[in-house]
Amino acid sequence: MTVKYTEDHEWIAVTGSTGRVGITDYAQGQLGDVVFVDLPAAGVLLEKGGEAAVVESVKAASEVFAPVTGKVTASNAHLEAEPSLVNSSPEGDGWFFEVELSDLAELDGLMDAAAYKDYVASLD
Amino acid sequence: MMNRQGRATAPGDAAAAPVRTVLGHRGLDHEEPLIFELGQDGRSGVDLPEVPAVENRLGGLARKAAIALPGLSEPQVVRHYVRLSRRNYAIDMGLYPLGSCTMKHNPRLNEKLARLPGLADLHPLAPASTTRGAVELMGTLAHWLMVLTGMPAVAMSPKAGAHGELCGIMAIRAALVARGEGESRTRILVPESAHGTNPATAAYCGFKVDPVPGTADGRVDLAALKAKLGPDVAAIMLTNPNTCGLFEREIMEIAEAVHGVGGFFYCDGANFNAIVGRVRPGDLGVDAMHINLHKTFSTPHGGGGPGAGPVVLSEALAPFAPLPWVVGTADGYALLEDAAGQSFGRMAAFHGQMGMFVRALAYMMSHGGDGLAQAASDAVLAANYIQARLSDVMTPSFDGPCMHEALFDDRFLKDTGVTTLDFAKAMIDEGYHPMTMYFPLVVHGAMLIEPTESESRESLDAFIAVMRTLAEAAKAGETERFAGAPHYAPRRRLDETAAARKPILRWTPPAPAKAAE
Amino acid sequence: MRYLPLTGADRAEMLAAIGVATVDDLFRDVPPAARLSGPVDLPAHQGEWEVEKAIAAMAAKNRHSGELASFLGAGAYRHHIPAAVDHLIQRSEFLTSYTPYQPEIAQGTLQYLFEFQTQVALLTGMEVANASMYDGSTACAEAVEMARRITGRKRVVLSGNLHPHYAEVVKTLGALHETEIVQAAPSPEGGEDLVHAVDGATACVVVQYPDVFGHVRDFSALAESARAAGTLLVVAVTEVVALGALVPPGEMGADIVVGEGQGLGVGLNWGGPYLGLFAARAKYVRQMPGRLCGETVDAEGRRGYVLTLSTREQHIRREKATSNICTNSGLCSLAFTIHLSLLGEAGLTRLAALNHARAVRAADRLAAVPGVTVLNGAFFNEFTLKLPTDAAPVVEALVARGILAGVPGARLWPGRAELANHLLVAVTETNTPAEIEAFAAALAEVLA
Repeated sequence: MTVKYTEDHEWIAVTGSTGRVGITDYAQGQLGDVVFVDLPAAGVLLEKGGEAAVVESVKAASEVFAPVTGKVTASNAHLEAEPSLVNSSPEGDGWFFEVELSDLAELDGLMDAAAYKDYVASLD
Repeated sequence: MMNRQGRATAPGDAAAAPVRTVLGHRGLDHEEPLIFELGQDGRSGVDLPEVPAVENRLGGLARKAAIALPGLSEPQVVRHYVRLSRRNYAIDMGLYPLGSCTMKHNPRLNEKLARLPGLADLHPLAPASTTRGAVELMGTLAHWLMVLTGMPAVAMSPKAGAHGELCGIMAIRAALVARGEGESRTRILVPESAHGTNPATAAYCGFKVDPVPGTADGRVDLAALKAKLGPDVAAIMLTNPNTCGLFEREIMEIAEAVHGVGGFFYCDGANFNAIVGRVRPGDLGVDAMHINLHKTFSTPHGGGGPGAGPVVLSEALAPFAPLPWVVGTADGYALLEDAAGQSFGRMAAFHGQMGMFVRALAYMMSHGGDGLAQAASDAVLAANYIQARLSDVMTPSFDGPCMHEALFDDRFLKDTGVTTLDFAKAMIDEGYHPMTMYFPLVVHGAMLIEPTESESRESLDAFIAVMRTLAEAAKAGETERFAGAPHYAPRRRLDETAAARKPILRWTPPAPAKAAE
Repeated sequence: MRYLPLTGADRAEMLAAIGVATVDDLFRDVPPAARLSGPVDLPAHQGEWEVEKAIAAMAAKNRHSGELASFLGAGAYRHHIPAAVDHLIQRSEFLTSYTPYQPEIAQGTLQYLFEFQTQVALLTGMEVANASMYDGSTACAEAVEMARRITGRKRVVLSGNLHPHYAEVVKTLGALHETEIVQAAPSPEGGEDLVHAVDGATACVVVQYPDVFGHVRDFSALAESARAAGTLLVVAVTEVVALGALVPPGEMGADIVVGEGQGLGVGLNWGGPYLGLFAARAKYVRQMPGRLCGETVDAEGRRGYVLTLSTREQHIRREKATSNICTNSGLCSLAFTIHLSLLGEAGLTRLAALNHARAVRAADRLAAVPGVTVLNGAFFNEFTLKLPTDAAPVVEALVARGILAGVPGARLWPGRAELANHLLVAVTETNTPAEIEAFAAALAEVLA
């Protein structure tokens, strides 16, 4: 499994040609208490960098962008009843959706864990 | 004979510990259930005559199930809503410094006149011969608005500020379509400091919103604006005075530049109260501007409405104004409900917020042209006085005089552990409604203070003393005063996260109890 | 000036504290070319008495519904408003407060909004309602926009018997989004069939209940065909008192119910301010426009209320908001809530029954006038007369006899000559049997 990160604070964990996508711990910390997540339905085609989901706190709504191009195969139904999973387990149970990657080479343009850590450190 | 009923007439040592009361009331502050939890079948607060026996003609659609409304007598209903009312802050109670909202005094004369039967008990579709006075009142108000803004036309029907924005942008859109540029002009420029309704309105009308950056002194960056101009620009939406409480010094150059590329200038008139009687937007190059009658002209905010948002229009946009129109006739005014021609249509049923028109006109006539200018001057003076008296303990965001509101940011709270929100909640304990916070978005932890012209010198000084004390307390590390605030409100801080995660948006009747088996 | 507390001495001292000489110095950012050199060309300030006299003179030029016997409806209805309503809404704490953005000191407003939302949901038979819109017509247009967002479709079917002002507002806003709006011609005799007008490309179908001619119809079959096509059923109610007597739209399968709440608490006001009602199925709540109030708890665990789901709204979503609406019709929703609380279940159903009974009597009485036909079989408190002649001059002639007879077809459908003989008549509890008799007699006289 490979885990990669974007500058918009999404992560993608890829096994074979399927990637699971969510937002990072840093992102959930910035958002505050997540109250709602609007997820893409299975079958939706996503384009890398395009809007894929919306995550809402009480006072803000933020777009989640697709880290890769591909077709949505599943979304995390648990977030409907328990959006707080995004806060408590952003890179685990609080995942957003899964996508069948169209082009594995797109992953090369993303950051690995070490690079993302440096990136976050550079933000403050 | 000796009176043995003597009792202490001085408090002595008051008990320190809070008392837990039987019903949860705290003296004059009553806990109050929902109206649905108070009622009982068989009660009503209204007496109606006997219903004549007729066979119903409801086409088989007579309601079968009960509605589940509670039954209460008049005294119960009155008590319920009086108790609720006492859980609100109000302008009539104290200074209400909400920046950009303009919480000024609401004269009671306005209320009285709006209730004259000749105005209040008038049906919108009554024959024209019976509503001449209503049309005259609307025409008179329109005249005042046009003179005060220096604009040649006004659309009276928009029902609120945002509705007025919609009206203005729709008029612009119609004008562009009429000159064959409906497809080519797709972009509307909106400064980053704009109120949220501006981008929402532009997007609602199908335009792309292009943000314009500001300068370090809180105004539109003219060079950046010019760089964004082109043949695809439909309009700019600009608030003036802007949401930082500053007059856009280069507004005439902005208007000229936008007009130079064939675009229109929409002015958000939310802050017209700062300049009314002293500056006419028509002289600044404005093509359309809405006027919030509930801000500049004192119609009551009523806990969130109703408002009214007439829109003044330039010659170029006037033909596209929504219906109905008030037109001048030989013997006064007439209402035109179905004019052919270029009107973009109808924005709402009937003719606009008549009840608000009466109140606004009463306010205007009371002030007169001279008094309106004085009100603007006093509003600006009061805001600058607050800015001057607080600038050594708080951090004003920009140098120089402000207009009707003073903008501070949270730099003075740096490293105190106190946030803008905490500071605002501590103001509640001091008996004030907080200022507007976290808006505009262009400064960090914004605190936007608008005192209005309604405050006396003594009231301003008291407010300033409180704000100074709080600022100093924050810096002195008295964090408990802020973190737990408010302590003295009907409610402590409310859990907005829980409210949004599991929304409960209504009371639900209890499930009928299961019969014992 | 009675509203301005600052004295000359105050102003001088404040200017000194600021460090400027005159108030003009505070306006120095205004370009000199734009500063007015003298006063605007308007009258000077006046005392209360003078203003009252001037505005009362305008009011006196009107002939209001208390002075004449009024049978006007068509989207605005005259009902008696209990005195307690107007007293309570004028309490300073309600009248002069802002939108409840600081919930700790706005529980009064928030709790009544929660009560209002509940009342609207109960009356319409829907799961959720918002904290109100500008009026019924704008709520109707917002419902169409919402249906467009939910379905992703652009075709909208409007009943020909939807109030023409409502239809015009829908069309005006629909033009912004290339919405294809289909509307049949009005059917003054009722019987419009929309079941087959709905297809898989249709976002919503909008009907009025009772419709603009007063007909009361069951929309269950339409709801069923709409559901099968993935189309939303929007029901508009312009006379909210009708819901005290009729099966609620929610029970017929409506997805969105909008309404004009003016009939309870608000009054006529020559058309505004009014009160937009907006209710929907719970699953669509995040697509709803306007403010929503929700229940929660405070830091001590006590029940309280806050504005919630604000991320739909313009002040957060900006260009991605569900609507650009910012205000609601706060004080009007309070008036509505208090009036309905005074009525209660027994009062509202009795009020509705009384309206219906008086309307039935009036319909029968007017139908007996030679040349007059009542077009309605089923109705609530409003019906349509077909006269043997143009209705507008008849209405004028009846004004001279002290009667506001109704709304002539030409007023609402100026382009439709075939409706010129039609007269929309509303009868409420404020119309006494004597007024009804007088109306019928005068109508007979005018038509003779």
